[in-house]
Amino acid sequence: MFSFGKFYGGVHPDDGKIASGSAIEDAPLVERYVIPLRQHIGAPASPVVAKGDKVLRGQLLAQAGGFVSAPVHSPTSGKIVDITTCLGPMGNQLPAVVLESDGEDQAAEPMPPMDWHNASPADLKKRVGDAGLVGMGGASFPTIVKLSPPADKPIDTLIMNGVECEPCLTADHRLMLEHPDRVLTGAEIVAKILGVKRIVIGIERNKPDAIALLNKLIKAGDYKGIEIHDLPMRYPQGAEKQLIFAITGRQVPSGGLPMDVGCVVQNVGSAATIAEAVGAGKPFYERITTVVGTPLVRSGNWRTRVGMSYKDAITLAGGVKEDPAKVISGGPMMGFSVYSLDIPIMKNTSGILLLSASELSQYSSGACIRCGRCNDGCPMSLTPGLMSVQIENEHYDMAEKWHVMDCIECGCCAYSCPAHRPLVQHMRRAKSVIAASRRAAENKK
Amino acid sequence: MYPVLLLTILGVLLALAIGLVVRYFDAPEDAQGDAVRSLMPGANCGGCGFAGCNDYASALLRGEAKPGACHAMSAENLEKLCRLLGVAQEAVGEPLVAVVCCSGDDNHAVHRAFYNGVNDCLNAVLVAGGAKGCSYGCLGLGSCARVCPFGAIEIRPDHIAKIHPNLCRGCGKCVSICPRKVIKLVPRSVPVMVYCSSPNKFAMKKQFCSAACIGCRKCQKASGEDKIFINGFLASVNTEDPPDASIVEVCPAKCLRTICPPTAEAAESVQK
Repeated sequence: MFSFGKFYGGVHPDDGKIASGSAIEDAPLVERYVIPLRQHIGAPASPVVAKGDKVLRGQLLAQAGGFVSAPVHSPTSGKIVDITTCLGPMGNQLPAVVLESDGEDQAAEPMPPMDWHNASPADLKKRVGDAGLVGMGGASFPTIVKLSPPADKPIDTLIMNGVECEPCLTADHRLMLEHPDRVLTGAEIVAKILGVKRIVIGIERNKPDAIALLNKLIKAGDYKGIEIHDLPMRYPQGAEKQLIFAITGRQVPSGGLPMDVGCVVQNVGSAATIAEAVGAGKPFYERITTVVGTPLVRSGNWRTRVGMSYKDAITLAGGVKEDPAKVISGGPMMGFSVYSLDIPIMKNTSGILLLSASELSQYSSGACIRCGRCNDGCPMSLTPGLMSVQIENEHYDMAEKWHVMDCIECGCCAYSCPAHRPLVQHMRRAKSVIAASRRAAENKK
Repeated sequence: MYPVLLLTILGVLLALAIGLVVRYFDAPEDAQGDAVRSLMPGANCGGCGFAGCNDYASALLRGEAKPGACHAMSAENLEKLCRLLGVAQEAVGEPLVAVVCCSGDDNHAVHRAFYNGVNDCLNAVLVAGGAKGCSYGCLGLGSCARVCPFGAIEIRPDHIAKIHPNLCRGCGKCVSICPRKVIKLVPRSVPVMVYCSSPNKFAMKKQFCSAACIGCRKCQKASGEDKIFINGFLASVNTEDPPDASIVEVCPAKCLRTICPPTAEAAESVQK
């Protein structure tokens, strides 16, 4: 029938994980933090502090602005100097709180630590929401929403995503090596919230040390029932739908969510943060970020506070030895190229990638030569080349019929296109146009 | 002998068939419908909200649409149409013209990044909001020019869209496609427009564009409060009671400019 661990399509980019040997270091305090109030999908958080207020580390800065939203906490102690807007990594303006650090890093009273073995799932879920958890893999969907599946969608499998298939990024790898206990405890807490028996951690085979370490801990008997799946190296192995298929053999239906096939996928970084939020009452204000690239003096992994600017993060890495030609928020396949270094690190910033001029090439795209390599590369079994021609001619209805809305924007098609066609950009255009027309149709009703 | 006979019989049969078809399948004559259809501009732009000119004409005949909905129709044809349908022409609005309210060409506006993607504004805004620094500026990649059914929009080599008022028929397709929303539809009687759409503070505008409206209020002082509105840091012309064309002299930023080039030639081609 089908072989587990193998999804259709995908590509093999050079993994470039040059920072995988660098241990996580604590980023020193900087003078100024710009904390965006929308670090998640959904409604922006509404601020509960005012200009001039003194705040402590971990203090609530803004509360969730709705069910699909997440609160935001202060990364350090200091004074609120402004409530304004800031530039986000996608080039959009985000509402933000500007904090001037006083250098003392005084902690606020933490939320009371909980013993998760005895706590009720509802209390645990509330804590996850209060701590401001969002998915740390990149899409930054508020975790509490993912942990509240509707009653008619029973969940039987929790999948922890430790794949980190995106080239160059090593934050999750280092986390699993240095804090395996937090990852495993977090997984058990999430399983308890969902009432799930089966927990699977998926890890790509380019991290044999992490696989061995987690296996050893599980064999030692502290974490019973957690399975480790080592998965073949193939991009996008860490995409939710591909990971579910590789581990369980279930296919998420077109337009559906993982909960439709009884799965919930959580990033290992989220699990570690959940473990800290429950066990130590620590809200989500810092994360592990990989700062990597050949122009840097020293690539590595840092525990960075939310709100630190990219400029400060690059300074952490010893600055640059040559001028980078491109700075990318995230990894090379799915990350966004940014044009300003004033952008703050957010809850979903897994990495900052710098590329030198010699690593980049400028080319102009040509016409589709109908070679079909994009079809072979597409992990969602779509036909990106054909659809891009339809989209160029504005036949969105046809593209919709060919399932353009199932595109996960992984970039495999553009990566494999010999004509250098910007296929993902075409898909994104069609998706935004179709989504807008669907919204308009809904409003009409 | 036989061929002649065969052809004669065939001829008689076919003539009968034609006669029958005409007798039973004849469409009733629709003089009014034909007259209405002949008045349509035939651009099929869809600006009226119907699927092309024929659909609009049918809707007019059914009484489901009003004559003013087609902006592309010439004044003369509109008058005829009103007479045909028995509608008073006063109910129909003034003809419109589209204006790109931005002066930020490459000589004035700053590009914050180098964009090497699909050459279309709709695609460019998906990549960090587009390369032009001012987020209210014309991207100049021609989404509007491609949808214009009358070829009235020119994309200048210095990356800004320019609408030729003598070709524009005011259908509004460009207005709805522009992702930066810098195109506005104004009545043809308005002589001047503010060629800037950014409501940002002056210091922020200056970072990105040297031709932006600086909100100095000189135009308002010269023309009177009700002819030009100042909203924050952006002046806008009152299209219902516009100032004279001579007002452009006072603008220090040169972003208050006339819409139609005031030449006799242009005026003539508009009338055509």
